[in-house]
Amino acid sequence: MNGTRLLIYILVMAGTTYLIRMLPLVLFRREIKSPFLKSFLYYIPFACLAAMTFPEILWSADTRIASFAGFAVAVILAFRKKSLLTVALAACAAVLVVERLIVFF
Amino acid sequence: MKSTEKTNKRRADDFRQGARDGIPIALGYFAVSFAFGMAAARDGIGAFYSALTSFLCLSSAGQFAGMDVIVAGGSLIELALTQLVINLRYLLMSFSLSAKLSPKTGIAPRLVMAHGVTDEIFAISAARQDLTPYYTWGAMSVAVPGWTAGALTGGILGDILPAFLLSAFGIAIYGMFLAIILPPAREDRAVLLVVLAAGAMRALFTWTPVLDRVSGGFAIIIVTVTVSGIAAFLHPHAEDASQENGEVSS
Repeated sequence: MNGTRLLIYILVMAGTTYLIRMLPLVLFRREIKSPFLKSFLYYIPFACLAAMTFPEILWSADTRIASFAGFAVAVILAFRKKSLLTVALAACAAVLVVERLIVFF
Repeated sequence: MKSTEKTNKRRADDFRQGARDGIPIALGYFAVSFAFGMAAARDGIGAFYSALTSFLCLSSAGQFAGMDVIVAGGSLIELALTQLVINLRYLLMSFSLSAKLSPKTGIAPRLVMAHGVTDEIFAISAARQDLTPYYTWGAMSVAVPGWTAGALTGGILGDILPAFLLSAFGIAIYGMFLAIILPPAREDRAVLLVVLAAGAMRALFTWTPVLDRVSGGFAIIIVTVTVSGIAAFLHPHAEDASQENGEVSS
């Protein structure tokens, strides 16, 4: 991609994010009280991260079967409340092992 | 004169404490951002640009979704909207921090502090008894370099490592996302339903004819707003949402 175009993209991304963080700190001095709005904002990260993870995780590796293996390992370990790093590395290891094994079949 | 000295010492102490509390955050950031740099390298984005993005945006989910839009050649409007929706929770956090600050706090310290409103820095700032911007600045002074250096390192290694290793690392970020959303989903049924519904709806956007023509960024926006909106309507979250938000997400 052309560097200038990429730079414009990055600046728009950074500008939008900064405005969201800056405006309340500069303009307002009170907290949000509406239970609906608070709940809405509470659920957003979960909905967003889930939508970003599934189904894209199924083609995150070069082969479908390795992606499935990594996905399964990640779900099991995450449910067991393992740390971010443990879950991520175990999923990588699962992909690596399965992709190396496929070579033998 | 004496009171100015006292103020300066208070500021320095706050800054130092913030920096100390920021160290574990910086380490975690390095790992997540490393995965970001690597994923960006796979998509053909150079290490310099991933590091710049990380330094300027300081948001995990937002950056990943943004890179998806950029790589797919989406419009600037789509990009800005994705950021607005995904990072909307920072609005709530900034409101909450603003209410905690002394009303006498000037505009300039607020402007600098605003950049550091992330889930984790918000969490430690909100837990502070007497919050000053200097505490948050201290946390930023280690967390921002950690986040930036992670993207740079991941980006450089992403260019060097052989393809089979990169294929394995591609799943890392999704693993981290799952590690963020699944533990709370186990405790809170509403969160579990939100996670399942969002995944199912995104799958619908991926595999249904017509719907699959909606670009990735917009699909994420539609899914996020719809699912969170319905969940908030049916099941308002009882506790202080802003506090918990800071602990569960990255």
